[in-house]
Parts: sequence; structure tokens; C-alpha cells
Amino acid sequence: MRIIALAGNPNVGKSTVFNALTGLHQHTGNWSGKTVSNANGTFNYNKTNYEIYDLPGTYSLIPHSKEEEIARDFLCFDKYDLVIVVCDAVCLERNLNLVLQTLEITKNVIVCVNLLDEAEKKKIKINLSRLSQILGVPVVGTSARNKKGLDNLLKNLEAKNFNPYQVKYSEKIEEAINELICLIKDKVKNLNSRWVALNLINYDECLYQKITDYLNFDLLKEKEIKEKLLSIKKELNLNIKDEITDTIIKKAEEISKEVITFESKDYNLKNQKIDRIITSKLFGIPIMLGMLFIILWLTIKGANYPSNLLFNIFNNVGKNLLDFLNFLNAPSWLSGILISGIYRVLTWVIAVMLPPMAIFFPLFTLLEDLGFLPRIAFNLDCAFKKCCACGKQALTMCMGFGCNAVGVSGARIIDSPRERLIAILTNVFVPCNGRFPTMITIITIFFVGINSNNTFLSVFILTLVILLGFLLTFLVSFFLSKTLLKGLPSSFTLELPPYRRPQVGKVIIRSIFDRTIFVLGRAVMIAIPAGALIWILGNIQINNMSLLNYIANFLNPFAQTIGLDGVILISFILGFPANEIVIPIMLMIYLSTGQIIEFESLESLRKILIENGWTIKTAICMLIFSLCHFPCSTTCLTIKKETGSFKWMILAIFLPTIIGIALCFLVNQIFNFL
Amino acid sequence: MFLSDMQIGDKGIIKKLNVNGNIKRRLQDLGLIEGTYIECILKSPFSDPSAYLIRGALIAIRKEDGKNIEVELICE
Repeated sequence: MRIIALAGNPNVGKSTVFNALTGLHQHTGNWSGKTVSNANGTFNYNKTNYEIYDLPGTYSLIPHSKEEEIARDFLCFDKYDLVIVVCDAVCLERNLNLVLQTLEITKNVIVCVNLLDEAEKKKIKINLSRLSQILGVPVVGTSARNKKGLDNLLKNLEAKNFNPYQVKYSEKIEEAINELICLIKDKVKNLNSRWVALNLINYDECLYQKITDYLNFDLLKEKEIKEKLLSIKKELNLNIKDEITDTIIKKAEEISKEVITFESKDYNLKNQKIDRIITSKLFGIPIMLGMLFIILWLTIKGANYPSNLLFNIFNNVGKNLLDFLNFLNAPSWLSGILISGIYRVLTWVIAVMLPPMAIFFPLFTLLEDLGFLPRIAFNLDCAFKKCCACGKQALTMCMGFGCNAVGVSGARIIDSPRERLIAILTNVFVPCNGRFPTMITIITIFFVGINSNNTFLSVFILTLVILLGFLLTFLVSFFLSKTLLKGLPSSFTLELPPYRRPQVGKVIIRSIFDRTIFVLGRAVMIAIPAGALIWILGNIQINNMSLLNYIANFLNPFAQTIGLDGVILISFILGFPANEIVIPIMLMIYLSTGQIIEFESLESLRKILIENGWTIKTAICMLIFSLCHFPCSTTCLTIKKETGSFKWMILAIFLPTIIGIALCFLVNQIFNFL
Repeated sequence: MFLSDMQIGDKGIIKKLNVNGNIKRRLQDLGLIEGTYIECILKSPFSDPSAYLIRGALIAIRKEDGKNIEVELICE
């Protein structure tokens, strides 16, 4: 078994190369920071087993953000046989920076110049064999998206005896390095002694600590080394760090001048024209809102018909199943749990969730593939800066639309820990895919009318709800920056990648199979026990009242003050494992107590709700509360994991809940007043 | 002249980086050092941040950081 690490700048197609080699389906997207943790897979080539790690993108090996640290630590301290440094052919010069730094750590490097097709379109020519000659390691050209050049990459996996190029620093630094190497070479175990020496001179507190931990030995405690280092520092000037970095960058520049030819100067013009419009004062914000509106419109419009169809099918099947169980003389409690409990909740979740997700996810992935998301962050950064937060928070919010847990872990792309926490704590204000269907259902029933085909109005209302979520995100970010997480906005850089034509077919298939089925699967796993539990709670009677009713009655007085009722509140609480099941739970509780027992369509749902005292006010409060309440259990666990603290998780639970309660209370008061 | 003063279409050479710490490292990673050729490509709707072409990649930098980076314009 040989272990391979895939390293490279962000957004150069590491995950695409990874997928092409392993046949796995690691999610890819056209923006920096897609991969936030190591993914690994295996493959077999020429009778050898390979284990391959897809590292998060990194610009250099002195890390700034958490996901870069993961990559750096792996390259510096983990055991592997080979590193493939994936480079972007379009901006190879900057990528060479990382290549040169990697060559300082390990000999066994293959350089994979990816996105050759894109470079070709932009008339950029790269002399790969010359590059290989200069670097002293194999250089392979690929365009992994089209699976070109991968054979060549595979062939080179067996290459041996590299003679990697080492960056030569100024004479004084080289002298210092050599002196240090003599002192430390017996003490650094597997680490490259030149690299350790260089990093003693180019001292970084955090990296030094890691080296000490790895060696289990503090090099600077050794008197000889410490004194040598002190005298070196005296000799060299203060800007030693800059000198080292500049040397590498200049070398990269020199190499690229030798191997790259630009045949056309204006290779970026088309991209820039589009960008000028998308980021213009006049159209920038309207285009983004328009995009949001169109996506929601397509989702709602498109989901309507299949949803109803699924309802009908599931209902008929349900009736037949019930008949079948009766035919078998199954006891009524059993058919109750199976059909009224599990089957009903399960089919509801599928009928309501599947169609919108199957439309939303592919659309969203298309935008992601295209490279549109970083432009959103670019346009909105100013607003985030005013809240003392980071523009990249917009990217984590975009991810939150899919799943808040993904949004929370995606916050690793934000360098400053303070701004990262803000992004994590506010992510729940973006309605995730588990909450969309709930909102759409309520909007359709109460604001638009089931039979009126006024999709426009429902989309408009949903957009308003989402905008309210954005507003809350900004307000809460601002509030946190002024109180708990005091601080000034830190500096940031954001890469705007070139637009890439999305691979439509692949995007649709992958987003349906990987995302939709995954999210739906999770909902189904929770819906099954939840359905059974609720049926049991609803059917255990004490003094002619079910347990559920006792709980609901207990919660009712409080729920009424915030415009909801006890049943809704209990549904949200029971929906903690997955927001998708809030409405089905609510429905089951109503059904177990109300007159209507059959539930066939949105129309009957409407009747059930109105019979249970729902008004426009209830609907508004329900919408607000589904936007602002505690995150689902998966998100909570992710928050705990990402912040490493129970305290922040508790805050992440209380913050939105309190805001939700306050807003609902306010709405209730306004309605009472009217 | 400073980076933050550049208008869309302006081209220049970096003269001096008066920034420190993290952002300095970050800019260096992106290949932005003294002597680097830079071109201002975009301004966001609220005119901050701006995006610059640096060694073939389009990078957004905030005004706060840009005003500490000295640039010499190239006239054509």
C-alpha cells in the first residue's frame, strides 16, 4: 500500500483529480475552500494498492486558516510515499510557489498541471518537459474534468529517484542553514533537516510547537543550537522572513517566464466583461436577488406537481397496505404504528421534501460550478465589514441553504477565529433544505391559496422570509461583534475564480444522488422512529387524554403568547433531530385528536390546520419560528465539533430561539392590538 | 499612489507593502511582493473591496489593506 497526498492551491481541481483516480464522488465546486477536511480513498494501479488523501487547498505551507493548517500538518508530519501537487495551468506562476515549498519538505513530488484545457482556451502554452527538467521531478499535464492525462499521471506514480530542485537563498542564509543542519541533523528523525533549519531561521511559533511535539524534543532547549541561532539572527537583517518568501516568489516568477508563453494578451476579457456587470453598482445587488428569486421560483413551481402526484400515490398505497394488514388480521395497534405512524410520516417527508430538493440542489450546484458564489461574497463584503465580519461568511450562508451543518463546517474558510465564530453562530438564520418545504407548504396554504396558481406570490413571500433571515444575520453579527465577540474586521483576500462552464449532466446526477438522497436518507432515518414514537405518545391514554395532549396542553399557554400553539411547539421540539419532520409530527398530533382522520392533499391539510384554530397570525409566527429556532441536532453537534466548546453550542441554540420567540411575541401583540 | 486609489483599468507595479502580520503573509502567498505587476479589474457595488489581477488570478482586497500598499502607476 502506497500513500499519496494531493496538495495544491485552492480551486485547482484537487477533488476532481481525486474523484477521477478513485472513482469516488467527493463534492467539487468552483470556489476556494470547497474541501475543508482530508478526504481519502483507495485505488489500484498496476498491481499496487494506493491510498490517496485529498488535502484542503493551501497557498503556502505557512498556514493562516484552519483548513490550510490541516494540509500543512499532513505534508510536514504525516507518513506518505508521494505528494502530487496539483497546479492551475492558468495561473501556474503562483502555484509554483507551493511546489517550491513542498520540494523543501520532501523529495517525492509529482507536479500535476491541471486545467490544461482552460489554459489552452486562453492561449496559454506551458512547456511541461522544460518545467520537469527545472524542478527535477515528473511533471504531468492533465485536464481532470475531461479525464485527460490521467493515464500519464498514473504511470508516473511509480517513478523513483527524483532530484528535486531546491531554492537557493542568499549566501548568508545558505551559510546559516548549513551550520544549523550540522547541529540538528541527528535530532530531527524523519524530518528533512534543511527544512527544519530553514524554519528555525524563519521562525513561526505555531509551526515550531508542532515540530517540537513531533520530535518530542525541544530543539531550542539545546544550548548549542540556541546560541547558534541567536548569532545567526544577529548576523542576518530583520527582514529575514520577507527575504525568504521573496526569494521563493521570485524563483517561481523566473521559472514561469521560462516555461509559459501567453499567445494572447486579452485572454481574460470575456470573464471581465461579465464580472463588470455582475459587480456593478447598478446591477450587482439586483442580479443576486434576481438569481435567488429565480431559483426559488423554479423550485416551488417545479415541485408543486410531483409533490401532489406523490401524495396521491402514497395515499393509495397506504390504503392498500392498511387493507392488507386488516386482511392478515393484524391487531389495530400494529397497523396503527405501521400505517398511521411510520408510513404516514415517512411518505409525508418524501412527498414534501424530495421534489423541491431534487430541483434546488442541482440548480444551486450549477451556480457553484459556474463560479458565481465568490462573486456574491465579493458584492456583499462591504455589508459584512460594517458588521465587523468577513465577506466569506456569504459563502458559508450559501452552503447553509443546502444544510446548516455543512455551512458551519464550511466556516473554516474564514481566517479570523472571531469572524469564523460569528459565521458559525449565525448560520442557522439561513433556512436549510429541511425547512424550505415547511415554509413553502405554509405559504401555499395560507397566503397564496392551494388552487390559485400564483407561484409568483409564494416565491415573493418566501424571498421576504429569506431576506428577513439575512437581515437577522447582519444584525446578530453586528451585535456579537460589539459584545461577546468584540473586535475589528480583519483583513481578507478572496479569490474570484474564472467562470467555468458547468458540466450540466454530471451536476444534475451527482447533486441528486450525493446530496438529495443523502439528506433525504437522513430525514427518513429519523422519520421512522419519530413516526412510531408519536403514534405511541398519541395513543397512550390517561384519563381519556393522550400523553401528547398532556404535553401540548402544558406548553399551550406559553405557545399562545408567541402566536403558536402547544402542538406546534412540541413538533418543533420533537423535530430537533431533523427539521423536515416538524409538519408531519404536527399533523399526526392534530389527526390523533381532530375529526378528520384521512389526510390526502394540501387541501385536507388546510382543513386540519384551520379546524385546529390556525389563522394568518399562526402562519406568520410559524414561518418566523421555522426561520429562527434552535439548529437541528446534526448542526448542534457540528457546532460543538467546530468550536470545540459546549458553551458556543449552547449559545448557538439559545440565540436564534430567543430571537424567534421575541419576534413571534411581537407579531402576536401586533395582531392582538389590531 | 496606493492600491486602494486605483481605478478600474489602472495598471501598476507594487512599490512597498506597509502591512504586517497575517495579511502580509497572505498577500505574499498570492505572489504580491514589491515589484509585482498588478491591474485593477473590478470594484464591488459598494466600491469596496476591489479585485485585482495578480499573477494571473483575480483577487479581492479590502480598502483598509489596499491603502497601505504603495503602487506606481504605469502609463500607456
